[in-house]
Order: sequence, then C-alpha cells, then structure tokens
Amino acid sequence: MLSNLGNILLFLNVILSLSIIYAANRNLKISGGVDKNIFQLSLIQSTSIIICFFVLIAAFIVSDFSLITVYQNSHSLKPLFYKIAGTWGNHEGSLMLWAIILSIFSFLFLVYNKNHPKKFRLLTLIIQNILILGFLFFILFNSNPFSKISPIPSEGLGLNPILQDPALAIHPPLLYVGFVGASIYFSAAIASLITNYSEKSFSLSIKNWVLISWCFQTLGILVGSIWAYYELGWGGFWFWDPVENASLLPWFAMTALFHSLIVFEKRNLFYFWVIILCLITFTLSVTGTFLVRSGILNSVHTFASDPTRGVYILIFLSLMIFGCIFLLFKKYKKENYDLNRNSKETFILVNNWFMMFYLITVLLGTIYPIFTDALTDNKISVGPPFYNAIILPVVVVFLLFMALGPKAKWIKNKFENIRTYILILTGAIGLNLAIIFFFKSYSLLSNFIIISALFLIISSLMDILKALKKNKLDFARIISHTSFGFLVLFIGLNDIFTLEKDYNIKLGETKKFENYSIQLQNLDLKNYKNYQAVIGRLEIKNINSNQTNILNPEIRIYDNPKTLTYEAAIKTSLIKDYYLTMSNIDRSDYYNIKFQKKPLMVWIWISVIMIVVGGSLRLFSNAKNN
Amino acid sequence: MQKIIKIIILFIFLFVIGIFYISLTRDTNYNTSSLINKETPEFKIISFDDSNFFTRDDIKKYDYTLINFWASWCAPCRIEHPILMKLSQKKNLMLLGINFKDKELQAKTFLSELGNPYDLLAKDKNGKNSVKFGIYGIPESILINKEFIIIKKFVGPLSADDYNNIIKIIE
Amino acid sequence: MKLNLFLLLFIFFSKFSFAAEKSVDPNLIHKNLRCLVCQGQSISDSNSDFAQTIKLVVKDLIDEGKTEDEIYEFMSDKYGDWIVFKPQFNAQNSLLWILPYIALIFGGFFIFSFLKKRQ
Repeated sequence: MLSNLGNILLFLNVILSLSIIYAANRNLKISGGVDKNIFQLSLIQSTSIIICFFVLIAAFIVSDFSLITVYQNSHSLKPLFYKIAGTWGNHEGSLMLWAIILSIFSFLFLVYNKNHPKKFRLLTLIIQNILILGFLFFILFNSNPFSKISPIPSEGLGLNPILQDPALAIHPPLLYVGFVGASIYFSAAIASLITNYSEKSFSLSIKNWVLISWCFQTLGILVGSIWAYYELGWGGFWFWDPVENASLLPWFAMTALFHSLIVFEKRNLFYFWVIILCLITFTLSVTGTFLVRSGILNSVHTFASDPTRGVYILIFLSLMIFGCIFLLFKKYKKENYDLNRNSKETFILVNNWFMMFYLITVLLGTIYPIFTDALTDNKISVGPPFYNAIILPVVVVFLLFMALGPKAKWIKNKFENIRTYILILTGAIGLNLAIIFFFKSYSLLSNFIIISALFLIISSLMDILKALKKNKLDFARIISHTSFGFLVLFIGLNDIFTLEKDYNIKLGETKKFENYSIQLQNLDLKNYKNYQAVIGRLEIKNINSNQTNILNPEIRIYDNPKTLTYEAAIKTSLIKDYYLTMSNIDRSDYYNIKFQKKPLMVWIWISVIMIVVGGSLRLFSNAKNN
Repeated sequence: MQKIIKIIILFIFLFVIGIFYISLTRDTNYNTSSLINKETPEFKIISFDDSNFFTRDDIKKYDYTLINFWASWCAPCRIEHPILMKLSQKKNLMLLGINFKDKELQAKTFLSELGNPYDLLAKDKNGKNSVKFGIYGIPESILINKEFIIIKKFVGPLSADDYNNIIKIIE
Repeated sequence: MKLNLFLLLFIFFSKFSFAAEKSVDPNLIHKNLRCLVCQGQSISDSNSDFAQTIKLVVKDLIDEGKTEDEIYEFMSDKYGDWIVFKPQFNAQNSLLWILPYIALIFGGFFIFSFLKKRQ
C-alpha cells in the first residue's frame, strides 16, 4: 500500500516538474509578470514531494518490510527515533531528501525574487526543474525507496549500530541543505548567463542562498566531526577521509563565492568568476556524491555501493559539466581589471586564491588514487600527512592576509599604519613564547601557525575597539574571522599538547606515565535491549593534584546485524577532554586501552559554531536591509 | 590562444570523466597482487617442534612450494583444509605450513583431527615473520617456484578453482 | 631595525625548532600506516591482529636503527603503496605533490595581472 502511494507521488512529481517547465517556457514568450499558475504548480510540487517523504517515514515507523529499503535499513526493535532517522540514513532515502531540498529551494527562490527580471526567474525555475527531473528519474529507475520485495520478510536487517546516534541523525539533513541548496545558485548562474543578466543586482538574488547553504554546510561538517570524535573511538575529529573531503570541497567553493559576491555587489567586478564559482559549487556537490555513492573510493563511511548508481550519477555529472562549459565558452567575455594593490577587492581576490588552492589540493588528494589505480594499477593512499604537508604552510600566510584584508578600503590604495601590525605581530610572538615557556616547545611550523592565528585574533579584536569608537561595527565579519583564528589556534594547540598513551592492561593492573596513573578496576557485563556490553571501570589519577576521574569505556556486541563496537568514555571539561577507549585483544585476557588527554576540545566546536553565528548575522542584516 | 585553452579544458574534463568511468567497473578492493613476480624475501623461521630453522634453501629443492599461513582459531582455515590435503599428494609441490599466532596444543589437535598436509611445518608465534611475506589476514597462501619467484597469491581460503589453477601451473 | 628584528626571529625559531626535534616516534609511524583489514583506520587506531603485528615489527625496525622513511619503504615493499598514508614523492605521484603549488603560483600570477601597474 505505502509502496504504491509512494510510487504514485513520485510519478506525480515527474509530471509536476514537466508541467512547470512547460508552463514556464510558455510564460517566457508572453509579456507581463510570472503566471500565477506557476507559483501554484511549484507549491504543489514541494508539498507532494514532502508528502512522499512522509510516506517513506511512515513505512519506517510501522516497519513495513515489504519495501526493500525498510527491510535493509530498519528493524522492528529499533527505537522510534532511529527508525525515523533511518529514513535518510540510507542511499535511497537520502535521495528523497535531495529531491525535497531541490523542490523547496526552487519554490522559495521563485517567491523571494520578485524584483528581478522575469526571464531570469523563469529560466532559473526551468533549470532547477531539469535538475529535479534528473534526480526523480534516478530515484524512480535506479534507487527507488519504494521498491517491493517478495516474499515479505518478517524482520528487517537493522541499521548499523554505529549509525544509531543523534548526531548522525541530524548530520545528513544539515549537510544536504548545504550542498543541495547550492543547486539554486547553480540554476540561477546558468539563467543569468543565458539571459545576459549580469548587473550587480544579480548578486542580490543569490547572496542569501549562498549564505544559507554555507551556514548549513559548516554546521553539517561540524556535526559530522563531533560524531566522528566520540563515536569512531580514535580521538580525532578529522581524518581527511574521502567522504569528509567530499563535504569540504563545496565548502571551499561556497566560501570563495560569498566573498567575491561582496566585490561583485559593490563594484560590479568579477561577474564571470562569480558565475564559475556558482557552477563549481554544485558540480562539486554532485562529484562528491558520485565518489561516495559509486564505491570507487575506499572510505570509513561508505554507503553500500553499486556500479549502476555510479554510471547514472556520472552521466548526470557529465551533462552538467559539459553543459556549463559550452555555455561559458559561448558567453565568456574577457574582463579587464585594474585593481589597486591594497584595496579591499584585491584582498578578497586573495581569499579566493587561497580557497582555490585548498580546493585543488583536497580534490587532487581525493581523486588521485583513482587515477594511479586506473592508469598504473597501483593503489596508493593519500592521508593526513599529505594534507598537513601541503596545506599547513600555506595556512600561515592565509591567516596573515585574513587579518589584513578587512582593514583595506574599497578602491583606495591606502593602507593603515604599518607600525600597528608590527606591534600586533610582536604581541602574537610574545604570546607564543609564553605558551612555549609554560608548556613545551614545538616544531617550527607549529610556531608559525600559532603566531599567525594569534595575529589574526589580536588584529580582529583591535578592529572591534576601533569600530566601537566610530560606532560602525561589522559584527558578522569580525565574529567569523576572529572565530576562524581561534579555530586554527585551538586545533593547533590541541594537536601539539595532546597526550596519548597506549597500554595492554589486565584487570586490577595499574600503569603510570608522566604525572598520571591509570587503573583497570572492574569489568562489568550488561545486557541491553539490542546489545550486550562489557563496561570497564578505569580510574585516572593525576598524581600532582590528587584528582581522580572514573571513566567507563564500553565494548558493545550488537545483535542485528552482529557487530562489535567500541564506545569511548569521554570526560569533557573546559580545559581538556579525557578520552579513553578499551578493546579486547583476541585470544588473551589483556585489554588494550588507549588514553588521550586532549586540551581545548570544546573550544574547537565552539569556534566553528561562532563562525556560523557570524554567517547567520550577515544573513539577518541582509534580510533587514532589503 | 583562447581556442587552445578551451580545448585543453575540454580535454581535462573528458579525461577525468573517462577515468571515473573506467574505475567504476574496477575492483577497488585492496590486495597484495603487486608482489606477484617478485622474489620472496630471505627468511629464517623456526620449525613447529623447535628442532631447527627453515630458510630459502629448503625451497630450492622443490619445483614448486606453497607456503600456507594457518591457525587453529581461524574458521576459514578449516574450510580450505581438504584442498591442502589433496595438494599434499602432488609430488613436485612442497607444502610449507606456517602456524600463525597459535597455541601449540590447539594447533596439534587441529592437525590430528583434520590431517597434516604439510611437508614442512613452521610456526610464527608473534606474527612478525608473516609481515615479511606481506600477509595481512589468514588463511593466505603463496605459490613459489624454484627461483623464489612468487607465481600466485591466494588471500582467503583456497577454493576448488584455486586448486585447479595450482595443478595447471605445476604440471 | 628591520634586520635586527629579522635576526632575532631567526635565532628564536632555530632554537625552538631544534629543541622540538625528536628520535623516531613509533606512535607517529603507526598513525601513518593504514590498517589493511580495517575500514580506513590507521595502525594506531586499530587493535586488530594485523595492527598488533605491525606494531611489533615497527618496534623491531626502530630498534634496528631504521629511520622513519626506511620503515615506510619497508612496509610499502611488503604491502604495496596502499599501506602508507603519505604517498612517496616519485614519478607517479609527482603531479599529486606539485600540482597544488603550481596552482598556487598560477593563481598568484593571475591576481598580479589584475593589479594596477605602478604609476
């Protein structure tokens, strides 16, 4: 029943998309405003795809195992919350989420851009609906969440226990709003190229959408990192894994885009560059999806892979890429710039320069192994050491520019007092020295990174002071930039001062290191609804301060499907996290424990949240000004 | 000039997408097939009963050698055991068994239950020797010729197909 | 004045950078080796049979006086390049290492071409 209803709704959506394209196309040729019917059709489209999604959620809630997707990803014993979250935790369901975001954004863009040319709006709508159609066909013919299975199984295969987690339940929707949301400015960019709508006002039609998608993308990445931190049990939060990279690539492009949009809006420069960034962002989203879903990359978080899926997405991707290229080639006109060396425009270009560098590095690192494997039959790994080696030195320079950039004025070549910067730099070096003096010394590169992060923070804070005097404060920018400085600073300090110890330990045994002692006091076996757990009781004692902490890491054995997971025990405080994982060693009565003291972890998360706060502030102020 | 740039851009994208397409049908699972046609390393590995050491000189005497890594705690090893028993009847194939991270008593029981196919039996108590051979999970078997060249590697239990393959090679 | 500052910085950095240099750190090596039987984990993160064995072998190699790079070479010799997270700089991987910097230089050149020539 639910299966038929779902299929009918999907089919209805195909018809709706086709009618919107038809109606919009006809409306193009007629003078006057955008036809009322088109608004209605678009509204119905969004509503029906949402209903369709609710049908799928319903199937998960009532555990309708006649649907393959439900059978493969759910289980009747699963808590209700995870049954619902399971809807988008799998490939088919997540595509439904794609379709919803594509449709809603399409409708909202149409509604909120009434003062832009009609032709541009209609064409954006048409392009967006072509994208929607592409995804609907993909869903219908390749990854249909409503496909039936017979005979109907009596029980589902369950969701991977690692995925039963609140953070992971909200992670995909956030991320999808981010990078699927990028579709709307992809469509707008193409419409703008076709209709030659290259005035400054074009930027007004997309800038809030860029900001929205950027904020969500950032939050999505953050939630994913937090999940990886406490769930994967390695104590890290970023692994440069292909799936993580796939979410980072559009982020770089978005960041570059909303910076250059500022220039375009103010000075009507870089039109084609803005267009290219719009196109790149969504293209990278689809590329990322291709890499992740087709299974051509080996990753921690791979979805069940299927080559036919890959072929479909690849065809879709190729059409997008070549369509964009041909259109760009046709419309591209050389623009001549004459920027002043120290003007704001130049500094924003510098931001884009670095963003493109990060983007190219991460993209190359992610897909290079595919090339070596296909061309030379040699599988290589590109992991953290590569990215650190290439990116970190450049970050130092980037942070310095980031501190200087906002102080520059539009058009003018004037720069403020150079002595101030020397003062700030001295301050930063002083602080860095203090850190070394009180804690420990670290490598040259780390020194540079800490200093440049401090430089950015101090100079941003001084901006606040100065702006307060003049009563002209750009909170959004200052908060985001300062927080970015803090983010780099905290990540740097965290990396430098992490203490990590690895022991094989027996029940009752005590290990000592530096000024800590750690004892495995007890092991407890407990039965839960869908898993059994071995719970360790470990006492961490700080010998100097005589402070003790009890940590309870777990080894869990899940029933459906049979999986072994290791739950980290984490004691969070403002200054540091204690992080402890315990695992059994096969054929021995020893347990392997890994203890980590990770300073300032919470502050890393807070910094990212503050960066998003900055972005949202800009969004609100934009909304107020309009 | 502009035309050249355009062509280069097109070519790059075509190339990338082409590679993506080719990769879709390729097996992305890791294996150590790169070791095939390379020489086995020098080794010195202690025999199961601690009586002597085996080295490459022991391999030189036979046309072909199959080095098989196994353990009593490894379930797939039981599955492949009948095939090893069949192979042990071949005259020009020497079977060198390496007992991997196992308890001696259990290993002995395993062999007395299922039979001992090995011409030479060695042990690798802490697994260090297996690293020299590029072993990453057992059972794994390596087929070597007189000149110490690795002809074939079998990761996972030997199957009937693998058996036929080995026979074809050694005959 | 400027030169003095520069010299001061140089002395300061060289002091601290040498202080931070250490002998071969097994933990670092474990982090840079892939656990082949796990999904995406490093040897350091994993506790599988394979990871334990590799840890033992790494310890032996360090005791033998092998350098970090020699240990990576040993491992990729046995298990292929897939096992090391840091790709070697060789002909095959040259583009991987060089392209990002070429892009960086190229971008800088691009921006420079947009700037006003000095009057």
